[in-house]
Amino acid sequence: MSGGPDNSMPENTVARTGGLTHRYRETFALENVTLDIPAGCMAGLIGPDGVGKSALLAILAGVRRIQSGEVTVLGGDMADQAHRSQCHTRIAYMPQGLGKNLYPTLSVKENLDFFGRLFELGKTERKERIAELLSATGLAPFPDRAVGALSGGMKQKLGLCCALIHEPDLLILDEPTTGVDPLSRRQFWELIDTIRARRPQMSVLVATAYMEEAERFDWLAAMDDGHILATGTPDEVRKAAGRTTLEEAFIELLPEEKRRQHHTVTVSPRRTTGGTPAIEAEGLTRRFGKFVAVDNVNFRIEPGEIFGFLGSNGCGKTTTMKMLTGLLPASEGEAKLFGKPLDARDTATRRRVGYMSQSFSLYNELTVRQNLELHARIFELPDADIEPRILEMLESFELKAVANEQPDALPLGIKQRLQLAVAVIHKPEVLILDEPTSGVDPIARDQFWQYLIDLSRNSGVTIFISTHFMNEAERCDRISLMHAGRVLAVGSPHDLAAEHGDGSLEEAFVAYLTEATAQTAESTAEAQESPLEIAPQPRATIGGRHFSTRRLWAYTRRETMELLRDPIRLTFALVGPLILLLAFGYGISFDVENLPYAVLDQDQSLESRTLLANFEGSNYFEMEEPASSEADLVNRLKTGEIVVGLEIPPDFGRDLLAGRQPEINLLLDAALPFRGETAAGYVNGIAAQYMVEQFPSLITRPYSVVTRMRYNQSFKSVYAIVPSVFTLVLTMIPAMLTAVGVVREKEYGSIANFRSTPVTRLEFLLGKQGPYVVLAYVNFLTLLAMAVFLFGVSVTGSVTALLAGSLLFVVATTGFGILVSSFTKTQVAAMFAAAVISIVPAVNFSGLLVPVSSLSGGGQAVGLSFPSGWYQPISVGAMTKGLHFTDIWVSFVMLTFFSLLYLFAARMALRKQET
Amino acid sequence: MRHFLKNVWRLGIKELRAFRSDPILIALVIYIFTFAVYSVATGAKTEVVNAAVAIVDEDRSLLSRRIAGALLPPYFQEARYIQADEAITGMDKNEFVFLIDIPPNFERDLLRGDNPTIQVSADATAMSLAGIGTSYITSIISQEITTTLQEHGYSTSLPINLVSHFLFNPNVESIRSTSMMQVINNISMLAIILAGAALIRERERGTVEHLLVMPVNAAEIMLAKIWANGLVILVAALASLIVVVEMLLGVPVAGSLTLFAFGIAVYLAAVTGLGIMLATFASTMPQFALLSIPVLIIFELLSGSATPIESMPPWLQTIMQLSPATHFTAFSQAILYRGAGLPIVWPQLMVMTGIAAIFFFVSLIRFRRAVLRG
Repeated sequence: MSGGPDNSMPENTVARTGGLTHRYRETFALENVTLDIPAGCMAGLIGPDGVGKSALLAILAGVRRIQSGEVTVLGGDMADQAHRSQCHTRIAYMPQGLGKNLYPTLSVKENLDFFGRLFELGKTERKERIAELLSATGLAPFPDRAVGALSGGMKQKLGLCCALIHEPDLLILDEPTTGVDPLSRRQFWELIDTIRARRPQMSVLVATAYMEEAERFDWLAAMDDGHILATGTPDEVRKAAGRTTLEEAFIELLPEEKRRQHHTVTVSPRRTTGGTPAIEAEGLTRRFGKFVAVDNVNFRIEPGEIFGFLGSNGCGKTTTMKMLTGLLPASEGEAKLFGKPLDARDTATRRRVGYMSQSFSLYNELTVRQNLELHARIFELPDADIEPRILEMLESFELKAVANEQPDALPLGIKQRLQLAVAVIHKPEVLILDEPTSGVDPIARDQFWQYLIDLSRNSGVTIFISTHFMNEAERCDRISLMHAGRVLAVGSPHDLAAEHGDGSLEEAFVAYLTEATAQTAESTAEAQESPLEIAPQPRATIGGRHFSTRRLWAYTRRETMELLRDPIRLTFALVGPLILLLAFGYGISFDVENLPYAVLDQDQSLESRTLLANFEGSNYFEMEEPASSEADLVNRLKTGEIVVGLEIPPDFGRDLLAGRQPEINLLLDAALPFRGETAAGYVNGIAAQYMVEQFPSLITRPYSVVTRMRYNQSFKSVYAIVPSVFTLVLTMIPAMLTAVGVVREKEYGSIANFRSTPVTRLEFLLGKQGPYVVLAYVNFLTLLAMAVFLFGVSVTGSVTALLAGSLLFVVATTGFGILVSSFTKTQVAAMFAAAVISIVPAVNFSGLLVPVSSLSGGGQAVGLSFPSGWYQPISVGAMTKGLHFTDIWVSFVMLTFFSLLYLFAARMALRKQET
Repeated sequence: MRHFLKNVWRLGIKELRAFRSDPILIALVIYIFTFAVYSVATGAKTEVVNAAVAIVDEDRSLLSRRIAGALLPPYFQEARYIQADEAITGMDKNEFVFLIDIPPNFERDLLRGDNPTIQVSADATAMSLAGIGTSYITSIISQEITTTLQEHGYSTSLPINLVSHFLFNPNVESIRSTSMMQVINNISMLAIILAGAALIRERERGTVEHLLVMPVNAAEIMLAKIWANGLVILVAALASLIVVVEMLLGVPVAGSLTLFAFGIAVYLAAVTGLGIMLATFASTMPQFALLSIPVLIIFELLSGSATPIESMPPWLQTIMQLSPATHFTAFSQAILYRGAGLPIVWPQLMVMTGIAAIFFFVSLIRFRRAVLRG
């Protein structure tokens, strides 16, 4: 519709979409969205999870491909690649999830440093900028702490620092405060305000599921089901709906049919019964190593009470609940259920408790009804009661329509209802619910609460529930505020709000948090004290589309640090090759030695004994007890005790001397054909030698066949197998590790950094590949050392050719891993794909088992289409065959070709945008 | 006790349902026990097949041509005549594996009784081929020489007549051992992967934790996984043995299938236990894969199914006694190849039972801790 995007874009609009539609398979994430987002202010998208907020933000940030519709951001068309790559230096994008785009094993400073390098900031510039950002966000006291050990609030602040390091014009934040405690949340918004005050030209676009946060936005768009419900200032939205809070307004704005399902939650007063507390915690403490997850927690919960546990992610709520269910033993203190100390082995108490864990815990392979039935049976409901009880549950939780569906296919709200039904099927007296409503839309949440209130008031069930929603906490009879493993306060929401927060529970919590954090060293209140002092930077210094070794090095450096801090991957990388060489070197052996044999000598003459003496002297054979009969010989072959049986007939000596050609029976265990056949060859050889030595006169026209085992005179398997194992190990392990290295980023979400920063595909791929090339070469050197010192295999040919050829080979195999990673989505798939695709040709067609010259035409072609087929001549050639560079130069050319081929194929396959 | 058994039964049924609703897993099991067995058995042969031979013929006699003509497919490719100076470089470049060097006047010297020498060289880096191939070529040469001598009226009879009987595998076909060993290796591989993945999957989804809050204990959860996954593999393995190995590949099974099935069951208890044990050491699926791959490779290569155990160094043989796969391989070879019965294989059954118990108890000790920390 628009001619030039620049003209159609009003001055005060930072982004606009026209008819934007986006779908995941069949479902619409966004449907025909047309939107103008104002510039230079704080704009917000509000709505529950899964309504399309994230998809919209990702498209605006340029990290997700536009399916249909028009998108203009910062005055340019986002479908245009040139504009997009220009935008990478002007837009900062922080994806959803606590610290999702950060690297948990890296420290605060290392994370920031990585982002600084990605934007090609110089060393001093980086240092200054990092110091400023850290002090502005109150993170300055812990530059060396690993990100994984930070609290949720701190992670988000760090995420913000990383986003701000290149001074963007548009800051896009996807649910930055979900799961963060109220104080950190407040500090986060204050931080954003400070930054905006310093750089008023910067536009901020935020998505949130907390309606109350949206009150502070300058402009907002309410979203539901891929549609925009309303836009405007918070005041305008409230007025349009005729409601006093945004949450109510949001429900009011929903389409009629959805709204009809909504009923305002009413909390009827509780009848206090007194008596033994249902749940008691006395000095409950849990440590994980040095870390105190739960610190001296005390509370009592009356029967029939709804007790809320309010706190941020990682504050110890879940750990406390696990101790109360007996899943985790307490380090100190005691938990009591119904006045009795908790005993994890006491199944009788377990029957009185229902539990709903934070992670979704239904069996997706079972239908809704089967899930209910399994739980009913495990709790041993009487057979006659099971069917009626299931029906009752389906009825009262409105699950009838979906009884035969699998939970996976159901919307989150219904799944949560099913989980509650499963948790109460055995009519427990106590219900422990760990954040049951996170991620669910307001209507489903209210409905869920209605069930809970019903259970508490009408069935007298004690409910212990954790949440981070304030309005849910207000519905509890009593709540406890929790932070950093400690309970800050316990009381009725009304009292707490009145005493500490001027009638607002959120204010009260913030007040308690401020008080608590003031006492600890980890004071984060510094934020306000040191205003941000970032001088505007000339834009020209930052980023660009050219190939940058600095950005490449940023990735290499980071990948190396991560790898060095991951014990399982590192162990696999370093020890794996050794185990494989041991297993293969000793496990694939064609040496046939020390074969156990037994004789049945029915002659006992000088001739028979002379013949048998030849066997005794041989290395190939090892004599066992002589056999007593032919049956004995056969039986011992059957048990596997012997492999060869020799049966010498009576009168052997006499017949031999008389020229009557006596017959010797040779019995061989041919279950393993190679061994059997080789043994037969040895026996024939010994018999032939005996005849030549003892009866030279009988042979009138002699001749000899001399056999020569070239390259390996002693014909020992190790000389052939060990160099071949090099091919195998260096094919498999580097490919797997490299593949996993890239796919990990996809799985954990840090791939967003690749998509939203100026780093190019080639820089990213080469940067990731680098550390694995070094690692694989270390593998090669260890293998070589083992081959020489443990297996006694020496390099008979050119050492230089071997060293150089192996380097080329590991570049090719890591390149193959990179290629695999560009089309796989999960680490498991990447690992198996890399292993299977590379191993099959390496084992079967590279010459490990069958020499390439003896393969069929097709097999030869397959072998030569993988690097392993070309490395085999180098490893075996240089080590065992004594070859030099001039003999095998073609392999070097081919390996170089494969390295480049894989790299460019991966570059083609890797998309800078998500589809 | 009744409650215990009922829970084990119910949770096992749940495992089977989970398996049934996972088409990828079903496809994997079917693929592994059909196509993979078939292709390895027919593809990876240790027989001499299609071997490349070159001849330096400086004799150019009837006999030398006869020798070249006797190298026949499927064992050998048609012999290539080359010049003496190509002999070394050709083998360096992997153009052929065997080289027969027939000296000038070989036939004449033979008939004169001058004891001429014919040389057969092999590329001894091609281990599987070089040894047996050389003895094939040697006997082909002897055969042709014998015929030639007989035609010229010389007696060639040998003083002793050595008659070889290949027991348990009269035609010495590698397909007989590889097909069955492939089934055995697949049992180990699937048992570790299925049982371990089943536990990790539940833990990633949080369902194990949920079970532990109910009147269910760790032993019940583990036993349910062991019997259900074990049953799937047992059925698949027996079907594979009967349909693919016996019917399709035409390889006879020597011993009792019932006894073999019983042995598989015992072995599965041990290996599924091992899978669960490994899963308790890993917290995610990728970690589990990294841990299990080396274990699987060791199982496959060092248990005696690829190479006879007596070919390994003694210290390694001792270590491998700790692996249930070693005992299971010995057990299977005795029954399937040599038709051994219970009186011969009972020691292996006992050892496997013992190992199964050890794995089970180690897993049991680690289970709760591992599940709840992850």
